Amino acid sequence: MNYSPLILSLKTATIATFIVFVTGVVLARLISRNSFRGKSVIEAIILLPLVLPPTVVGFGLLYIFGKNGFIGRLLLDWFDFQIVFTWYAVVIAAVVVSFPLMYQSASAAFRQYDPNIENAAYTMGASKWRVFWTISFPLAWPGLLAGLVLSFARALGEFGATLMLAGYIPNVTDTIPLAIYFAVESGNLEAAKFWVIIIVALGFSAILWLNWWSKRNMMRHVQK
Amino acid sequence: MLIVEIQKRLSHFELDVKFSVANEIVVLFGPSGSGKTTILNCIAGISKPAAGIIRLNDTILFENKKVFVPIQKRNIGYVFQDYALFPHMTVWKNIAYGMQNESFVKNLMKELRIEHLRDKYPSEISGGEKQRVAIARAIATEPDALLLDEPFSALDNQTRVKGHEELLRIHKLWRIPIILVTHHLEEAKKLGNRILYLHEGKIRDSEMNANLIQS
Repeated sequence: MNYSPLILSLKTATIATFIVFVTGVVLARLISRNSFRGKSVIEAIILLPLVLPPTVVGFGLLYIFGKNGFIGRLLLDWFDFQIVFTWYAVVIAAVVVSFPLMYQSASAAFRQYDPNIENAAYTMGASKWRVFWTISFPLAWPGLLAGLVLSFARALGEFGATLMLAGYIPNVTDTIPLAIYFAVESGNLEAAKFWVIIIVALGFSAILWLNWWSKRNMMRHVQK
Repeated sequence: MLIVEIQKRLSHFELDVKFSVANEIVVLFGPSGSGKTTILNCIAGISKPAAGIIRLNDTILFENKKVFVPIQKRNIGYVFQDYALFPHMTVWKNIAYGMQNESFVKNLMKELRIEHLRDKYPSEISGGEKQRVAIARAIATEPDALLLDEPFSALDNQTRVKGHEELLRIHKLWRIPIILVTHHLEEAKKLGNRILYLHEGKIRDSEMNANLIQS
């Protein structure tokens, strides 16, 4: 059995989740509590990949990162590097499709506590940085963690955009969802079954763990 | 001495007030939605007035478009209406968050009878205890002025009376300008060295108005 799909899937989903978590948290913190012109347009753009077919997202990414794409051309000219058909492309596809989930969770998490809790910390002389790490982040953490797990699961399961941007190259871009599709396609049902079981087990345990964790932790400091 | 002169457009009226607070308790009295909390927020630096001047002792905290000292630098204690205690920190961590001097804070906790709560979380203590913790937390930074937004409104009568006595005692010990917001006339009369009657963003000075507001 070739385990490369498992390793590749875990690797790309982990990297993608890390990127999505950091950018999602920062962006949500900057946007969610403020009101400014164009906020709803920005939020709509951020959430768009959630409602578009993955093929459309893939098409858009090809348009940007392909040989003649805006960024693709720069990378090719400057670094002689092509993203399409590499595992970087797998990561990019995963980032784009899972970002809306992280953003939504984080944005809700930062809005669910009383803003005066942060203001109280400011009146005590704390810097923005200190308030973020000691107040905002810990209070939003349950929601952020939920977003993290959802994003990871979504990144792990990405198929359409990945296929369009990264293609199916054995040992290079064959994530589990792609491996399943091409195993079925080539009549190798045993391999397909194996990967189906693996990915169901991964998804199931992630959700199970999250539920268990949130039951244990979320109620701990709830204000009566 | 705290000098406040604020103009700010609110949704239903124009907030336009001018008053000063020496080392005394001044009560801002008025119905909900009369702009009381907005005034406190402007003094604390949470909201920005459209125009005016806010001066605390020799420091200008706000002046029209020229000066806006950020919240962190104002050194003004603020007790929020629902206390806004940090729910994930113990009482001690809440109070020590902006602490300047540990022995001062320990005395303060003794004074407010909350020493025994130090390792409890806010969700584990009563309303009256929360209120005392919030006051201790605001004073722990040794502020130059103290703002209290309806600190007694969530308490039962007996606890409220105790709270009043505590506030008066604290004021005797730390003589700084205190602004107390309330819509409870008895409380205003009992605690305030002066009462400013606020109605739709303007200060009216007669008590007749207060009775009208109250009814």
